Amino acid sequence: MDLYEHQGKDIFRAQGIPTPRGIVAGTPEEAAAATVELGGRSVVKVQVQIGGRGKGGGVVLVDSPERAAEEAGRMFREGFGDLTVDRILIEELLPIAKEFYTSFVLDRATGDHLAMMTAEGGVDIEELARTRPEAIRRVHVDPMLGLRMYHVRELTGTLPLDAREGAADVVRKLYAILGEQDATLVEVNPLVLLEDGAVVALDAKVTIDDNALWRHPDLQELSAAFPIDPVEARARDAGLQYVKLDGEVGIIGNGAGLVMSTLDVVAQAGAKAANFLDIGGGASVETMSTSLEVILSDPAVKAVLINIFGGITRCDLVAQGILEALVRIDAHVPIVVRLDGTNARLGREILSGAAHPRIVPATTMLEAAQKAADLANDGEAA
Amino acid sequence: MTVFVGSDTRLVVQGITGREGTFHTLRNRAYGTQVVAGVTPGKAGGDVEGIPVFDTVVDAVRETGANASMIFVPPRFAAEAILESADAGVDLIVCITEGIPVGDMATVHSYVKGLDVTLVGPNCPGVISPGEANVGIIPGEICTPGRVGLVSRSGTLVYQIVHELTQLGLGQSTCIGMGGDPVHGIGFIESLAAFQDDPGTDVVAMVGEIGGDDEERAAAYIADNVTKPVVGYIAGFEAPPGKRMGHAGAIVTGSKGTAAAKAEALEAAGVRVGRTPSQVAELVQAAAG
Repeated sequence: MDLYEHQGKDIFRAQGIPTPRGIVAGTPEEAAAATVELGGRSVVKVQVQIGGRGKGGGVVLVDSPERAAEEAGRMFREGFGDLTVDRILIEELLPIAKEFYTSFVLDRATGDHLAMMTAEGGVDIEELARTRPEAIRRVHVDPMLGLRMYHVRELTGTLPLDAREGAADVVRKLYAILGEQDATLVEVNPLVLLEDGAVVALDAKVTIDDNALWRHPDLQELSAAFPIDPVEARARDAGLQYVKLDGEVGIIGNGAGLVMSTLDVVAQAGAKAANFLDIGGGASVETMSTSLEVILSDPAVKAVLINIFGGITRCDLVAQGILEALVRIDAHVPIVVRLDGTNARLGREILSGAAHPRIVPATTMLEAAQKAADLANDGEAA
Repeated sequence: MTVFVGSDTRLVVQGITGREGTFHTLRNRAYGTQVVAGVTPGKAGGDVEGIPVFDTVVDAVRETGANASMIFVPPRFAAEAILESADAGVDLIVCITEGIPVGDMATVHSYVKGLDVTLVGPNCPGVISPGEANVGIIPGEICTPGRVGLVSRSGTLVYQIVHELTQLGLGQSTCIGMGGDPVHGIGFIESLAAFQDDPGTDVVAMVGEIGGDDEERAAAYIADNVTKPVVGYIAGFEAPPGKRMGHAGAIVTGSKGTAAAKAEALEAAGVRVGRTPSQVAELVQAAAG
């Protein structure tokens, strides 16, 4: 779960990390009022769950409440990229002397935490890592050992002397957030040294492990603030893994790997998948009905491909689920079905016995993908 | 010959009295796996269809000589279950549980790497050596004994590719489902090393997916260490960046972890990469000669 900057900063402040004074605004008028409260000048920052806000016009310095209202109005109106915007963070302008970067991330390759620090602030860190990796200090922290003083010295040693103590304090507190909040990423870009010598987190990017949200009911509540596609919400509530894509073949499969593979094979057959949908081990009528409803609610879908390899999932139950779902919902497009694995023969017999006009049987994954792609492209199976 | 599990595996099941635990334990036993014990705290003295239940893994190991454990406990207790098995001295731990917090797994990973134990998973379908032993949830009836080693991050792609291999008359020495979590036990490299050393394996098929750099690191390892032919498959060419595709670890982050980059790295290391599961089976057949 990726938090908004203002939510991340709430966590930073609770941990004692210095951040600029800020006020969340939901309208241009609130943005103007917040700017008055912060002394007549401010930074207007769009709140979205992705990076690249600076380059994309999502962070603007303004010198009057009127300008704040104007910029906020533009952000609410235009959104950011293809995201809608419902909140903006208005922050005080601070006298910055130098900018740096620091982060902790769970490193999949090593299974521990990787801390990074560079004296070059406000950068695209991936770009810097490619072009001048020597500019970044990296320290791996074994979770059994924890963050040690020598780790912190190594990291902050790349900063100017006058920033090291303040930065060390921030680093220790960021590490505490990782453990206490089950964060998989905490990133501060930029971390700044002010003219008065204070070190302040100007930005906050925090990702919380979804698998650990049961330990953090307070963080779980934050997710209510995030925009979610109503179709994705419906699928999620039914326990389905669904991701909307932009093609025309609706996909239902069991198991994440097989579904990903199905998307690829459909692409090779000359069409594009409309979604990723993993029913997991579920084969019930309920699961199949909801899955079909979710997929058919996308007007772009011209054909559906159901690709099941039954392990624990029984294909006869899947077949019954499909037929009963089609009694409940009115499918307006052809549905190609491929069943293999446990009780596949029985499942295929059930489908052929029913002879439903919308169901197009296929015996292999490749054949199924080809049929679905052809049906989506010109309405006829080859 | 097989790797990791075989006829000498003596299995203890943690969480044996749960619904899933009981179901798969009995399936594994029916397949021929020696299931010698179960563990559910507070249920010592009972049994599941004749399999004795103990309170702790230490008790189970002492009383039955178990040398491998399989974990079916819920995600909030599963990391602890792995540590318990590791401390009880089993050689192999297969953790099926999905949804363990990754911070918990980082601690487990750090601890077990210092011990002489092989961890498979979590969030994995397990390991099967066809005809000898099945530890996990891979349906035994789709596999046949043979000389192809298979390792995969995805469970259902194990099934799909085994099915394609079987269609071509190619059996398997061992199939390893390493799991889809970002921090996990053994991966491609440890599996490839085991297959390289296994006289019962002639060809290895490795099935990857988007996210992380396990496949890239495996490619570097293969170039330097693996002389047996390796065939690859990567799922997720069509996955958009920033979207988690089902598995916790299946996500393209920025420009990192794409299917194209992984396939390219493998091909540069001499691995033949199939573009569909059927093509993988054909490439394996060609490599097996």
